[in-house]
Amino acid sequence: MGFTPFIFPFAELEVGQHLYWQLGNIRIHGQVFLTSWLLIGALLTLVVVGTKKMERDPKGVQNLLEFLWDYIRDLARTQIGEKVYRDWMPFIGTLFLFIFVSNWGGALVPWRLIRLPSGELGAPTADINTTVALALLVSLSYFYAGLSNKGLRYFEYYVHPTPIMLPFKIVEDFTKPLSLSFRLFGNILADELVVAVLVFLVPLVLPVPVMFLGLFTSAIQALIFATLAAYYIGEAVEEHH
Amino acid sequence: MDSITTAASVVAAGLAVGLGAIGPGIGQGSAAQGAVEGIARQPEAEGKIRGTLLLSFAFMESLTIYGLVVALVLLFANPFAG
Repeated sequence: MGFTPFIFPFAELEVGQHLYWQLGNIRIHGQVFLTSWLLIGALLTLVVVGTKKMERDPKGVQNLLEFLWDYIRDLARTQIGEKVYRDWMPFIGTLFLFIFVSNWGGALVPWRLIRLPSGELGAPTADINTTVALALLVSLSYFYAGLSNKGLRYFEYYVHPTPIMLPFKIVEDFTKPLSLSFRLFGNILADELVVAVLVFLVPLVLPVPVMFLGLFTSAIQALIFATLAAYYIGEAVEEHH
Repeated sequence: MDSITTAASVVAAGLAVGLGAIGPGIGQGSAAQGAVEGIARQPEAEGKIRGTLLLSFAFMESLTIYGLVVALVLLFANPFAG
């Protein structure tokens, strides 16, 4: 519905056009599934190859993976705290790596070489459904973290400094997934749009620095998503006195 | 979609991005000012300041992006297009 999408001559960008798959009576966006499966496959291959023959002196892929592990551990430890960060490190790491690989994979892999009947392949995170799913996972996990660590005392958090805060904290539970998902979706889609519009106006040289800026912001958005997820979990498990 | 809805949607999309850019623009300006002052006072802390600055820039920028999302919804997935 809506307008017929803008078709740029060089960089076709079809917002709101999807490759629909019918699954029962649900229509799903096939192009998102295709790209995310490919990227998950690439990520899994990298991890399996890197951990197959582990050595005391890491080199090559193993070195890269250990660097990533350190990075994610530091992120989780600073946000969640020394006591429970180990339980949540895999979750935070998965979020970070999946979002990072989707953002960069959407920008760097020449998806246009593969033609689809409708819609086009691109970053899975440029689809609102993916980001909402990820954000709702974060919501569920911080509730779970709070309840499993502190039991019903978790709800003390809602009245923590004063009971006046109660409505704000309840509203916050809804705005957290909203802002998480919209931030990621909007940033990735905006990157793609800006590059497409620039390619449309000046097809040579000029879009390249903007593409690099896009890569940079996508990396930052992956970091922000993971940091915020860890922060919310840390907020839920934190002990008040 | 009738022409009045189209016109209103296009104007609203423009306003959503344009007005939404004002606040974060001012905010990013003052954040950058603070960072430059911090670096001038303590040049050895540049790396840390840069990291924090970029992270907070991304937060501020997402406010404009919300406006962009609204604009894109109005242009490409307008719920009022009959």
